[in-house]
Amino acid sequence: MTDTNKMQPLIWFALAGLSIALFLVAGSVPSLNDFPDAWVLSPTDFMNSMMGGFVSIFGPAFKAMGWLLEWPVRWSQALLEFLPWSVTTAIFVFLGLIGSGWKLGLFAGLSMIYMALIGYWDESMNSLAIVLISVPMAVTTGFIFGVMGFYSNRARKIIVPILDLLQTIPAFAYLLPILILFGFGTTVGLVASILYAFPPMVRNTILGLRAVPEEIIEAGIMSGATPAQLFWKVRLPAAKKQMLLGLNQTTMAALSMVIIAAVIGGTNDIGWEVLNTMRKAQFGESLLAGFVIALIAMSLDRITHAFATKPKEIVRTGPNYWVIAVLVIAALAALSTVFPFLRKWPEALLWNPAPTMNAALEWVVINGREWIEGIKNAAFFFVMLPIKIGLNKAVSPFTWGFELTPTLTLGYVGLVAAGMFWAAVKGRFTLAAIVMLWGVVSYIGLTEMPWIALFAIFVYAAYVTAGRNLAIGTAIGMAFLIIAGVWPESVLSIYLCGVAVLISFSLGTLIGIWASENNTVSSIVRPIMDTLQTMPLFVILIPFVMVFKIGEFTALLAIIAYAIVPAIRYTEHGLRNLPEHVIEAADTIGCTRRQLLFKVKLPLALPAIMLGLNQTIIYGIGMLVITALVGTNGLGQRIYIGLGNGDFGVGMTAGIGMAVIAMVADRMTQAISRRKQEQFGLVQQHI
Amino acid sequence: MPEGNAPSEQVKLSCRNIWKIYGSQPQQFFDGTKGNVGDAPAARGLAQNIRDSEHIVAAANVSFDVHVGEIFVIMGLSGSGKSTVVRCLSRVVEPTAGEILMDGQDLLKVSKSELIEYRRHKMGMVFQNFGLMPHLNVLDNIAFPLEIQGISLKKRREKAREIIDLVGLQGREASFPSQLSGGQQQRVGIARSLAVEPELWFLDEPFSALDPLIRRQMQDEFLRLQRELNKSIVFITHDFLEALRIADRMAIMRDGEVVQIGRPVDLILNPANDYVKDFTNDVPSEMVLTAGDIANASRPLTPEMGHISADISLATLLPYLADNEAGIMVRDGNGNDLGAITARDVVKALATNAPEGAGA
Repeated sequence: MTDTNKMQPLIWFALAGLSIALFLVAGSVPSLNDFPDAWVLSPTDFMNSMMGGFVSIFGPAFKAMGWLLEWPVRWSQALLEFLPWSVTTAIFVFLGLIGSGWKLGLFAGLSMIYMALIGYWDESMNSLAIVLISVPMAVTTGFIFGVMGFYSNRARKIIVPILDLLQTIPAFAYLLPILILFGFGTTVGLVASILYAFPPMVRNTILGLRAVPEEIIEAGIMSGATPAQLFWKVRLPAAKKQMLLGLNQTTMAALSMVIIAAVIGGTNDIGWEVLNTMRKAQFGESLLAGFVIALIAMSLDRITHAFATKPKEIVRTGPNYWVIAVLVIAALAALSTVFPFLRKWPEALLWNPAPTMNAALEWVVINGREWIEGIKNAAFFFVMLPIKIGLNKAVSPFTWGFELTPTLTLGYVGLVAAGMFWAAVKGRFTLAAIVMLWGVVSYIGLTEMPWIALFAIFVYAAYVTAGRNLAIGTAIGMAFLIIAGVWPESVLSIYLCGVAVLISFSLGTLIGIWASENNTVSSIVRPIMDTLQTMPLFVILIPFVMVFKIGEFTALLAIIAYAIVPAIRYTEHGLRNLPEHVIEAADTIGCTRRQLLFKVKLPLALPAIMLGLNQTIIYGIGMLVITALVGTNGLGQRIYIGLGNGDFGVGMTAGIGMAVIAMVADRMTQAISRRKQEQFGLVQQHI
Repeated sequence: MPEGNAPSEQVKLSCRNIWKIYGSQPQQFFDGTKGNVGDAPAARGLAQNIRDSEHIVAAANVSFDVHVGEIFVIMGLSGSGKSTVVRCLSRVVEPTAGEILMDGQDLLKVSKSELIEYRRHKMGMVFQNFGLMPHLNVLDNIAFPLEIQGISLKKRREKAREIIDLVGLQGREASFPSQLSGGQQQRVGIARSLAVEPELWFLDEPFSALDPLIRRQMQDEFLRLQRELNKSIVFITHDFLEALRIADRMAIMRDGEVVQIGRPVDLILNPANDYVKDFTNDVPSEMVLTAGDIANASRPLTPEMGHISADISLATLLPYLADNEAGIMVRDGNGNDLGAITARDVVKALATNAPEGAGA
């Protein structure tokens, strides 16, 4: 490593120099700046013809399967449509009550009543019906693969990379091949949600079965258990808790995918309602429908989580709620045949605050126009544009109020040089080199950077953080993006996600530090984070698109709102769960609170914080794709276009591109975290 | 120990030349030898040979007999192979070579299903960290081995209730393991292992995870249970004093090999080597020396003196002597009087056995 360490500043300098050189000669040799179109070998036609061939052979089989799968969905939709609202509500109330207590019962009940009250009952039930079918299927699939992965190392070596892939490919990209294979209909949502939701079940099954202590297994063997008994009576019950947590995650993933699947349209469900109203700029309706999704998500999350973590009762205290539940539900079912208002929510009781909300929003937008525009423009002109197209182009009388004169450019160069000089004086040559590189990239702009230079920078960064293998992987991945002709879109995605991640991470880390030092802050932040995390992705878009309309800034805010959660969470968790004896030792030595934080806690929590960065990036990329709905131009948009036109090649190329970026970023940040952890001899922390 | 039923001479379990080797090809070292590779130096040579060829020797040429009703202790530090050996006895860990004879039947030759029958009816095991089923309450944990046998719910719960009384867990039937203290959990573990009324009882460091006070109490209860049940026991421990307290006979293990086998007193009086001696150095003399060792033939015997057997430890004798100045008579197994002991004799014996520098 010493050799590479010595070389590092030199190579960074060289990369900065390369960028300048290529940028300067780009005027005369454009191919050095932009990858020439003539060299692009787009795989889209190839992919389409492959897919076409596949469909012509296997299409009927998939169509038949789709036809089969549609039946259970129809039945469950028919069932939920048939059940009186009072009965369904009662079922949820009792599930909450038995799982956790009257608070959750009340919450679940009020959520259901809200759906009826607002007039979205049927749409909600249609979404719920798909979840109801996809969860058992995903759980079964996940369980089978999990058990296989547990018993066979070879199976695990095949299964785990597939899970990694399924979980890094953006949700949108799933829909496309499924749409092509199965054709329009509810089946697409069902299949997509099964595919998206079964990986957590596999992971939790393997994790749970592995975590059963050896002595418990031996106790089973010594009791004379046959291999089958050992599995069903020992391993499985002992792993139950972890697997129920898997069920919780699977349910949430299934719901979120069912909602996302609404983009293909044609289904009368709540996701479609949100999307449709959002497109028509009916933000009141959109928000009301979005709220339904959030409530369904929170209820399902709390209920499944409650059952997963329910402590064992020694002796049942109080009444048997299952019996009461059955009695009450039967009574309601009977009564609803007599009283129609118990079966169908009466029209007279419908409440539609959407027009009022729209009016209020209009008032805010009109009266707050200056403010809103001001914030938007400031962020756009002073932060986003410079990173996107560089100070070189971003600074103009229109945006900054003045021209970027040669004198000013010289001043900028001087500023960067001063920074380099300061770092060099401190003996930190790598830092000096990175300052220079930063200065160059800021001047040229990420999207205007010569492709060769950017390619080299990414590959070298991968090499420095994670070693040769990742550098090779990065090179191959980036080469694919360049040759497939989606490089400009990729850079746009990297730019938007990068800005969002930078802001989320810095802001989130600060809030996380604050929350770790202050219990009040922690107790305020926690429920907000829980809510944001259970919220299906495109519900988060709604409030931002309401105020700031469509565009990059709205996308940025939505990504930040979602991606800031892990940054806060991991920082706080890392700072609060340090080894007790180290803190005690520092206290005994006489650290002040500030010293304790900066000299002890933060350095030790660094691996956890870096893991938070990793999750921030993954969350950011997940949301980035969804923001294509509000008009960002990047890979997400290409996926969306592919989906809209049923163009498998276009969508898939972009989807793979997104996965490449996600995986490279993931491996890089994980490598940093792991290195720090090994250095400290800490065990990896999972939340 | 003196208070126990005298173990019989009948061999219950015989462990012959057991080897357990981990590595890529453990079998290659034992072509048809059944593990019997010759005398002790030959075995030691083979063990070294195996280590040199990048295999791990967890147990090397381990042989011992456990008699009916005997508490046989295997004592060794961590990594000495003692836990491996006890697992080999029930084939939870499959031995690489050797023979394990239970009532003359070689367990290594029985089929999988026969082995399951053995485990179901003839063996019970207690684990260091209890190994309780987290999802079952106390009663069902104890009834678990019976459930595995397919015994009806009513019958197995009935049986479990009987055993709950035996280990003093009345009132905790419905608790879950996570709601119990360590001592209570191990009582459940003990009860479970006894549910099938095993003939062979394996205990793998059963008290090591407990606090010292609880440990002591559990040892006493274990001895009480054994007086009642008279099982043939293999007891694993890393605690030499614990071994002394409960063992009829004991084996000391090191690096997978048995260093010495014998009664505790034999080990202390005649340690086979410095390794064994290191353990015995810390043993308080009053626990080891028996009345027979210091009986003073020249003391006058008076009719009102009580009498005790020669193998009682001095530690047991001390409270009696504190109250009886005249002393006590010592009788050997055949009823012959060996002499008498007074408090003064004990003090003298302990003083001479005390470490150097304490003054004689």
